[in-house]
Amino acid sequence: MKLIRILILVLCSFHLFAQEDLMKELQKSEKPETDYATSTFKGTRLVNGQTVETKGKGALEFIFAHRFGAINTGIYNFYGLDNAHVRIGLEYGLTDRLGVSIGRSSEDKTIDGFLRYKVLRQSTGVVNIPVTITAYGNAACKTSPAKADATYPITLTDRMAYTGQLLIARKFSSQFSMQLMPTVVHKNTVDKSIEKNDQVLLGLGTRTKVTRSMSLTAEYYYRFDVMDTNPYYNAAGLGMEFETGGHVFQLVLSNTQGINERALLTEATGNIGKGAIHLGFNVTRTFQLKKQK
Amino acid sequence: MKQLLVVLLVGTGVVAYGQKYASEKSLVSFYSHAAIEDIAAKTTKASSIFNVATGEIVFSIPIKDFDFAKSLMKEHFNEKYMNSEKIPKSTFQGKITGFQIDAAGAQQAKATGKLTIHGITKDIDVPGTVEFANGTVIVKSSFIVKLEDYEIMRPQLLWKNIAEQVEVKIEFTYKPI
Repeated sequence: MKLIRILILVLCSFHLFAQEDLMKELQKSEKPETDYATSTFKGTRLVNGQTVETKGKGALEFIFAHRFGAINTGIYNFYGLDNAHVRIGLEYGLTDRLGVSIGRSSEDKTIDGFLRYKVLRQSTGVVNIPVTITAYGNAACKTSPAKADATYPITLTDRMAYTGQLLIARKFSSQFSMQLMPTVVHKNTVDKSIEKNDQVLLGLGTRTKVTRSMSLTAEYYYRFDVMDTNPYYNAAGLGMEFETGGHVFQLVLSNTQGINERALLTEATGNIGKGAIHLGFNVTRTFQLKKQK
Repeated sequence: MKQLLVVLLVGTGVVAYGQKYASEKSLVSFYSHAAIEDIAAKTTKASSIFNVATGEIVFSIPIKDFDFAKSLMKEHFNEKYMNSEKIPKSTFQGKITGFQIDAAGAQQAKATGKLTIHGITKDIDVPGTVEFANGTVIVKSSFIVKLEDYEIMRPQLLWKNIAEQVEVKIEFTYKPI
């Protein structure tokens, strides 16, 4: 009889722990899943260059980018504000991984189009991948000078330039992400005394989240095998980004005024040491055209 | 004496194992009406175990799996409001009372227990229904969650997209384990 009493007591005490046990049982029964890193970067631009981020399916991003002239051009040019370059662009998410974009920059009256595709997604769990990789391809057409104004019989082929990038990023924590950007720029027609048709670069960029809605970004592109006569500089930039609702606002300081890859990566004119820094901003607004299920 | 022991052991064995149900299907959604735009999201990835003999119930909802109409909403929800990288799950552990096993139709019942959202645990007491049908059990409930209670930040006035509270609906269909 005593035994039964003890048994009942023991069983009752089991019941006290039953909810905890049930939770453990639930956790045990859950299938291991793959956890994908999201929001490695806030937007599709780091400073001037691209990030691994793609727009979600059915999302359309309107981007308005603006680069003023160099700050060291003095009061006569209102410290660069008189002389601005603009790019207006649209990017659309065909799928969660594939984006397509078209844009126009005022510098050299360039029209550009690009595709980006997220090849790999950083994840932990069942599938363990350390980095996110996005392939990026851009074709740009300089429509300036007009045919009548050109000093040589310029063709459409002469006007074209192409950029290919592999964007490799890792989100180390919710505060810090880093990206490597091996890049090739091909220009169909160049001044052979200063540059080659094919130029290879390696970029490095970071994003550090300061508050819930504000982060600091930085990027630097190193150009390999540059000719001694080349007048351009390696592109470098710092950014500060704010997010409010559907807008991302980035304030940019860099030594390159171009906004299209050809110009910004291989034709940076600013000597940072002499204060040739351009102030600029990127403003994006995202519209969801197609609702997700 | 020995017989009694055997009966007791077998009996408790049934209580411990025979009456437990695991969720086979689930739908958890929330909705909030706000000045600028309504926010709605749902997931089918929640899981639950329900012990019909004791009424004990636990469930767990992976936050990152909530799907929204807009991809940007999902990003904001995870990044800015729920901090889902650090707090990946919301859970409930408690007890359902006021239902009878195998009674016909949907029975009004009450759940009491601890709801944990955004890492904050609160005691809640919510109404719902329990229904036994064809060997399955269906549990449904709908309740209001105040964002403030769970220390979920609300955005500034200018971009007031999220209301102060959201209506959460849960629905689990269980099969015996």
